[in-house]
This record gives sequence, structure tokens and C-alpha cells, in this order.
Amino acid sequence: MYRILNKEMLTPTICKMDVLAPRIASSAQPGQFLIVLSGERGERIPLTISDYDPSVGSVTIVTQRIGASTAEIISRSEDESFRSVVGPLGTASDFVNVPLEELRKRRYIFIAGGVGTAPVYPQAKWLHDRGVSVEVIIGAKTADLLIYKKELASACDCLHICTDDGSEGFHGMVTALLEKLVGEGRNYTHAVAIGPMIMMKFTTLTCKKLGLPVTVSLNTLMVDGTGMCGACRVSVGGKTRFACVDGPEFDGYEVDFDECLRRQGQYKTEEKEALERISEGRI
Amino acid sequence: MAERIPRVPAREQDPKVRARNFDEVCYGYNMEEALKEASRCLNCKNPRCVGACPVGIDIPGFIAKVAVGDVQGAAEVIAHDSSLPAVCGRVCPQETQCEGSCVLGVKFEPVSIGKLERFVADNSSASVETEKSNGHKVAVIGSGPAGLACASDLAKWGYDVTIFEALHKAGGVLEYGIPEFRLPKETVLKREIEEVTRLGVKIETDVIVGRTVTIDELMDREGFEAVFVGTGAGLPKFMGIPGENLCGVFSANEFLTRNNLMKAFREDYLTPIHAGKKVCVVGGGNVAMDAARTALRLGAEVHIVYRRTESELPARREEVHHAVEEGIIFDMLTNPVEILGDDKGWVRAIRCIKMELGEPDESGRRSPVPVPGSEFEIETETVIMALGTSPNPLIAKTTEGLEQTRRGCLVADEQGATTRPGIFAGGDAVSGAATVILAMGAGRKAAKAIDDYLKAKA
Repeated sequence: MYRILNKEMLTPTICKMDVLAPRIASSAQPGQFLIVLSGERGERIPLTISDYDPSVGSVTIVTQRIGASTAEIISRSEDESFRSVVGPLGTASDFVNVPLEELRKRRYIFIAGGVGTAPVYPQAKWLHDRGVSVEVIIGAKTADLLIYKKELASACDCLHICTDDGSEGFHGMVTALLEKLVGEGRNYTHAVAIGPMIMMKFTTLTCKKLGLPVTVSLNTLMVDGTGMCGACRVSVGGKTRFACVDGPEFDGYEVDFDECLRRQGQYKTEEKEALERISEGRI
Repeated sequence: MAERIPRVPAREQDPKVRARNFDEVCYGYNMEEALKEASRCLNCKNPRCVGACPVGIDIPGFIAKVAVGDVQGAAEVIAHDSSLPAVCGRVCPQETQCEGSCVLGVKFEPVSIGKLERFVADNSSASVETEKSNGHKVAVIGSGPAGLACASDLAKWGYDVTIFEALHKAGGVLEYGIPEFRLPKETVLKREIEEVTRLGVKIETDVIVGRTVTIDELMDREGFEAVFVGTGAGLPKFMGIPGENLCGVFSANEFLTRNNLMKAFREDYLTPIHAGKKVCVVGGGNVAMDAARTALRLGAEVHIVYRRTESELPARREEVHHAVEEGIIFDMLTNPVEILGDDKGWVRAIRCIKMELGEPDESGRRSPVPVPGSEFEIETETVIMALGTSPNPLIAKTTEGLEQTRRGCLVADEQGATTRPGIFAGGDAVSGAATVILAMGAGRKAAKAIDDYLKAKA
């Protein structure tokens, strides 16, 4: 179980894996996530599902090396297995329950940043397959760090690329590109932003300015992912919600991003200590 | 009356030493102590202890075996009614159940039934005969006390039982909630769960029923003829006061899960946990004691902040006693009104108000009333909320026809039958947060009801 069927390094720190998890593959929906526990002594790491194939029984995860546990995940080779993969978790994207007739009146713009580009794919594909208007912006620091270009190009009507250093596509951040596109007369009705918390914060501000409703997918801290621990608490519209069961997607306008950013860094000191223990051979 | 042998105390780790480690507090009896304690049982004709045990263990029966040194025989007596004796001997509130009803307790100290049960379980391996397989498939959701008890009985009667567990390890609250120093995981819990699987029960971890698969899919596609829902009460409560989302405020569930299930206390595990120099635990139940004593062992000065007084603490006496011995500080008649943060969004202090006890409320306890103008601050680095838990609504939300009460508990009758034929439930998922042994009792009742239901259907 949970055997790694394929592994591909997309950038030096971002890894794509297809993992055998038949129960999850047959029940996953766009917007949901899963939790990976690489080995007995690792952490339970929440990852948004980047694709799923019920016929093979596989789910695709894209992981960026950030701390010790994500490093352990991407260090696994093809044919090795994870200790646990559990999901699908969270609620599916809202559009899954909207009548198709209504959806076809909408024009979606997805704004993807960094490793958050991968989970945009199942959502864009789901809508694109059903004839809904979808455009996608991918942003990265530099051309080498852009991921999922080919996949997303086939899952939308128009793919826009930007890099902070101008090495590919538009020279600038995703927010500037979004403003430019709208300024050119592209008329979107719904935005979805997935990426680093700080990018979602500023994308939401830009959307607000443009009067464009925006959905964000929050990658908070979590332990169990089923509503048990409350580590993923977020303030949404002044109310405390659990990202694991009430989310992970929320109305960007309502999210207290500054609180999210603070809470995300809660265990920074302890995580640094764990890395030290590893380098000293104590783990 | 002849002079009686006094109750044999169980040896414990020195409080100063154990406050710095996660080894079990109580060492339990050795053979000599067990023989002596067992000899105190009067072997009553009408044993009140049995009636007070939620799973109805033949207590005088097993103690009589211990008294003659037949530990294996004692284990078989217990195994007839309980699949988790090593767990129950440690975590049951015996003082309000079996021992609370012991006739000896009227004039003297009651027989130490819990410690004897633990002695038997730790020093034997009961083998139970199972009936021939009857080919009927039953799904049990949740591998906590209710699920394990239900699955054990059904397996003994020949059913093909699969337990589905959401986490990556079986045991439910026994695994994620109760700390190592009260219930060792590898030596006690794991062994006891292995006994359950030896009966033929299969355990599939990493399955969240309601997400990974639904009850209807289990019944329609996977051929399960009946389902038992023993999903517990896992959702943490918060106070709803300002500042609860500051960094450094945790639910007891998060804190304990990181330490118990995810082994944060062990250097060779990656799990981070944050206690800091000073921790305030809000609440007065067993979970509050567990969180407080865990934080203490991680090196913090720990305060329990509770709005009533010591005599209203819902925690077991033994737990409170152990906490006091270890140096936990109790701030009674104190209720948080706000959590205050520093400029980086971390907890700095709790603003509290002094309370006094007023009229008794519906629980019979005198309800605390704030003293006007008595607000003050307690400086602290970490706040742990241990205010109780409620059932997870996921299964009710994803299963047509399964009704819930207003408090989010599943509606089920005395035998565990829910509002949908073929689906049974018991334990905290039905009662709201209660004890391990009550959950086991409910699991056993439901097992009987499932057996009746499937026999009637056949």
C-alpha cells in the first residue's frame, strides 16, 4: 500500500509523485487534500491532491522540501512506500456542487504560485473538461522554478506565465499580471488563488481592488486533519473555523491572513531543532 | 471484628523523579502483593462490584483465582467480559464503580480491584475460544474502546469483523489521548490490541469513514451487513474568548496527540511540540490533568486554571492526587476572560476573573459566579484548553437517515440501534465524552444487538 509508482523532480526542491492509494483515488474531488506520513517517526504532512486516477488507484502529490518531514517525503524513491496516506480530507471546491448551466456563465481565473501550482491542475481540468471558461496564471521566482506548465496548458483556455526576474513570461508578480490582464479587458467572474500564504494575501487584496471574488486554499498546520486537534484554526469573517474540515478553501475576502501567517510559523524553533538533531545523527 | 489486612498499596515512581520522565507512574503489584490483596475479598454472595462494572466482569470470580495463585485462570474469567483488562485496570474510575460499591469499603478500604485486574492482565495471556466463522461481515468504525469491545465480542461469535480507523495507529483515545505515563503504548496498549486481532478482527488504518469511504459504500459495495459506529468525541471545545487564536494557545487534543500518537517527547521523532517555561491548562477533567502532567514532563511550570474548587474537579481523585504530588499548581475559582498577546502574536498572559460558588446547577455542582471587579493577569507562555470534546459530525453528515441530537451525538437506543436499520452506535459518539469503560459497555451491548439483528435477518 501507498507505493510510489512514479517520481519526478520538477525543480531541485519540488517533487511529483504518483502514489498507490485506491480508496483515496476513487473518492477524491477537486480542492481536497490528503495527509502523508513518510515513516514511523515523521510528521503527518497535509498536501493538496494534485491529481487522481481511480482506474489505476493512484493519487498525485507535489511536495516542496521545506522542513525535515517534507525532505523525508521527497527522499523516497520509486517503488518505496509511505507509512500512511490518508484522505481525501476537507470539503471539495464549491463549484463541484454548482449546476453546470450556472458554471458555464462563469469565467474563472486561477492564480497559482510556487508549489501551489500543482493543486490548481485538478480544479482547472475539472472545469475545462465541462466546458467552463478557465484561464490560469502561474508565477515563480525564475523560469527554472515554474512547474506544471504543460499540464495546465492542456487544462485551460489560456495560460499566462510570470516570473519575478522576467526570465520567462511577464516580468513581475502574479498580482501585477492579474491587474494587467483585467486592464486589457479580460473579464473574469471568479478567481481562485493557491500558493504561499503571503501570495494569497496579496492576490486577495488585488482581487478586492478589482471587485473580483476570490477563493483561497489555506495550507495551515495540521496534525490529524479530521477536526480533532484545532491546529488549523483560522479566523474567517471574524469566526474561528478549522481549515481541515471547514476548508481548506475559503472566501479570500474573509480570511485573516496575518493571523494565518503567524500561526503557520508557530513551530519554527522546534522545527529548526529537529533539523539539528538530524544533522547530529540523533534521529 | 477481627483485625483486617489493610489494603495493599501499589508501588509508584517517586513524584520528583517521574515529573521528569514519561515512564509509567504506578508499578503495579507483584505476585506477593497481589496474593495478599486478593485475600481481602469477602467473595460476597451478592457481589455489588459486578453490578457496578459497566461490562459486568465476574470480579469475585477472578479475584478468587488470584488468591490461589491461578493468574491464567483469573485472566480467562476477565476475558469473558473484557477485551482490554490491562487498559481498564489502569484508567477505569474504579472508585466510583467496582471499588466504590465494595462492601469492605463501608467500614474499611475497598479491595483494590483495579490494581488486581491490571496485575492479572500484565502477567497472563488469555486465550479465548472463538466460534466457527459464520461468514457475516460487520464493519466497526473507530478503534477506540467502544469499537474494540464491540469487535471482540462479534469476532468471538464467529463474525468477520473489520475495524476502520482514521488515524495511522489503532486505539483511538487510548493511543492519542491518554499519556504514556498512565498507559504505556508499546508494552500495554499494543499488546492488548494484538489480542483483539488474534480473535480474527482486521484493522484497516488510514480510513476516514465519511471521506475515504461512506457507510453506504461499505454496506452496498463491500458487503458489510451491519455497521457499528464508535467514533468517539474527538472535536475540541474552545472558550470563544478573545485571543484564542494567538500562537501558543493549543487544544489539549493537539498537545496530547503530538505527544502521545506522534511521540513529540522522544528525541528521535520529528514531531514538534511547544510547552515553554510556563503553561496554563484551562479545565479540571482527566484530560486537563493529562495535558498538565505532560507539559510538566516537558519541563514547564504548570498551572491548572479552574473556575470551581478542588471538590468539583471532574478528574479522578487519583489523577488530581498524582498531579499535586508532581508539583502542578492549582489556580482555583479562576476563569479566563481574554488571552493577551505580545507584538509578535504569541501568548503573553491570560486575563482572568475570580469566581465564587453560587447555587447548584443541573449537574448538582455549585455553579461559579464571577466576582465583579476581580480581574487580574496570569503571565504565561502557553495556554492549553481542556474544556471537553464533542462528537465528530462527519458520519452523521454523510449518512442518510442517521439522526443526531442537538448536542451532536448520534441518536441510539439502549442497545445501540440508531435511526437507520443495520447501523448501530455506542460510546462517546452517542453519550458525549465519558469514560473508557462506559464506551466498552456500550460496544458490548451493541455487539449483542448486531448479533440479534443479523440472526433475525437470516
